[in-house]
Amino acid sequence: MSTTEMPSAPDFELERSAMRHLADAQMNVELDTGDMILNLGPQHPATHGTLRLVVRLDGERVIAADPVIGYMHRGYEKLTEFRTYPQITTLINRIDWLSSFANEVPFVHAAEQLMGIEAPARAQYIRTILTELSRIATFVLFLGEMGLQVGALTPAFYGFRDREHVLNLIEGATGGRFHPNFNRIGGLKDDLPWGWVSETRQVMQLVLDSCDQFEDLVVGNEIFLSRTRGIGIIPGDIGTAYGVSGSNLRASGVDWDLRRDGVPYLAYPDLDFKVWTHSAGDSFARYWVRLQETRESVRMVLQLLDGLPAGPVMAKVPRIIKVPEGEAWVETENPLGQMGYYVVSKGATGPFRVKIRSASFSNVSILPWLLRGVYVPDVVTILASLYFILGDIDR
Amino acid sequence: MNAVALTTLGIEIGWGAALAIKTLVILLIIPAGALILGYVFLLKMMSHMQSRLGPMDPGGFHGWFQLIGDGLKFVQKEDLMPDGADRKVFAGAPAVVLISTFLVFLVIPMGPDLVVKDLDIGVFYALAVSSLSVIGILMAGWSSANKYALLGGLRAAGQLIAYELPLLLAVIGVVIQAGTMSLNGIVVAQQQQSIFGIDWIGNPYILTQFVGFLIFLIAAQAELTQTPFDMPVAESELVGGYHVEYTGFRFLFFFMGEYGTAFAFSAIAATLFLGGYALPWVEGDLANWIGPLVLFAKLMLVAFLMFWARFTFPRLREDQLQAFAWKFLIPLGLANLLVTALFKVAF
Repeated sequence: MSTTEMPSAPDFELERSAMRHLADAQMNVELDTGDMILNLGPQHPATHGTLRLVVRLDGERVIAADPVIGYMHRGYEKLTEFRTYPQITTLINRIDWLSSFANEVPFVHAAEQLMGIEAPARAQYIRTILTELSRIATFVLFLGEMGLQVGALTPAFYGFRDREHVLNLIEGATGGRFHPNFNRIGGLKDDLPWGWVSETRQVMQLVLDSCDQFEDLVVGNEIFLSRTRGIGIIPGDIGTAYGVSGSNLRASGVDWDLRRDGVPYLAYPDLDFKVWTHSAGDSFARYWVRLQETRESVRMVLQLLDGLPAGPVMAKVPRIIKVPEGEAWVETENPLGQMGYYVVSKGATGPFRVKIRSASFSNVSILPWLLRGVYVPDVVTILASLYFILGDIDR
Repeated sequence: MNAVALTTLGIEIGWGAALAIKTLVILLIIPAGALILGYVFLLKMMSHMQSRLGPMDPGGFHGWFQLIGDGLKFVQKEDLMPDGADRKVFAGAPAVVLISTFLVFLVIPMGPDLVVKDLDIGVFYALAVSSLSVIGILMAGWSSANKYALLGGLRAAGQLIAYELPLLLAVIGVVIQAGTMSLNGIVVAQQQQSIFGIDWIGNPYILTQFVGFLIFLIAAQAELTQTPFDMPVAESELVGGYHVEYTGFRFLFFFMGEYGTAFAFSAIAATLFLGGYALPWVEGDLANWIGPLVLFAKLMLVAFLMFWARFTFPRLREDQLQAFAWKFLIPLGLANLLVTALFKVAF
């Protein structure tokens, strides 16, 4: 479609090789169909929010993709410098809003570590249960959402239905569906309500059933397989180099899970669980690993409910929390991957500086490498299978 | 409605009045059909399948008000037109899509005499006219001045052209068996032929042309750009494709076109493969009276299959779609054609 005119013939003698190059150049000018630059986002359903991908297309094939982030930057790292420690948990559970409870845990741990407090065993167990429930709530939504991005509308609603069950549990225990703000430095705000444990067991059975349903409906679907198998392959070493973490990395065959391999935290050392990996590294592997991890989380919750110790849920802490001078780095395995807080305290009621390492930021950093040469429909599948949350990228 | 049918009621009408009635009926059928499909399948069946609560709520009983509410919403929406749009083409595109739907219905018989125009080449005409909608879709995609719309429009063009062929091949099998291209003739043939000597149900071609029926359904699904072949609209990638820039009433036109065409294709499938308006032992005037109802029941059965697939499957990729058409459906259609022809000659 290019309207560029052909270069006029040179009026002097050229060598044969030069003539050949000229012929090539003319050919390229004639066949140049031009690239199209497509802005995927900042408002596009595949980007779960306001990620913008500047995609350079040749037909439907991606030549280059460049993620533009920051449309949702809320400045949490700076805001934490002007808040007290108990106030900060309200902020940071809005980073990855799908699994808010899990966001609070590493920060509270860092503060506890600096103060030399340890939460009682019961509080640790309940924290672990709620973290795993957040993981289930995040993953069942993914299991449905991925279907939606591949074009099947129905699984998305099943995902939301199951998420609703789990959110009801979280609401029952903490009072907040989305943003529990249930962690206190030194423990938890409250004990579990009466009847919660048996209700949780029922819901866990529901989640297991719906995992089977997802396996039948989505994983068993020929079209889904052909859309995800061999698409968006992340080799393990490249994933590691880009800082990809969590299920995305485990789907590339890297057997690394901070719940097992990191500094022991919460009640994970007491638990018997399997870390699932898949060797393929494609979109399908990421779906499959998350499906298995949902089941594993259900098993973990059931184990935790069985072994739930009695006792208080709050340690003795001073009325006004002042964290002694020092620095702490705590990283945890969150649903979206590795999440870490580096907290620097100068002995005041609030931190001097907090650095947040969020999983999605690193997970999407691989996109320019990963999206080269794929088709537009596959861009959407790959984005969905990487599963990022915008709040977790921009913070 | 045909003048002949009305004379049996003792009413004599002239040529002009008959034309007026026919026009009115056609103008009513498509919107009514689109609304019925939208209500029964899009709202009710989908809500049941997907555990949706919203569409079950408005108005009290089973959410009967939902569709009316949706319609009212479309009417109040602002009629937006993008700055860079080719205004005339943009405004004309929904009409072109809708008109192709109206035209298809001219040849579908709803009773022995209840047909607007019983063309000798009825099937051929219906398929030819239904592919006019491609022009409307391309017009919409091009004139919207939107890259997503352009991608959607071009995808639609490629897809609709690729799936014309299997559709045609599936229909040719029926035409060979019936020995006529007139839709009324095909219905009569199904009523009169027998299968393995059993003649009391006639020979609905779904029995002998089962492969053809499947190919027709799949290809029709692609022609309607429904999942698993909905790349031209692909909400998760192209955010609506060719109709992404359309709002309010113009969007409603596309919506009506989509569901009206689904209605029309279901009617064609019911006519070609399920015996159309005919019921065993029902003949003459009675057939004229209950014909529309019978056709409607059969049509809803076919539409149910289409929408069932729509709400169940994920979406193929464009290249996979083309490969499926050229490497699987068309060879299968040709084979089906060959076998049909052999049997026709042998028996």
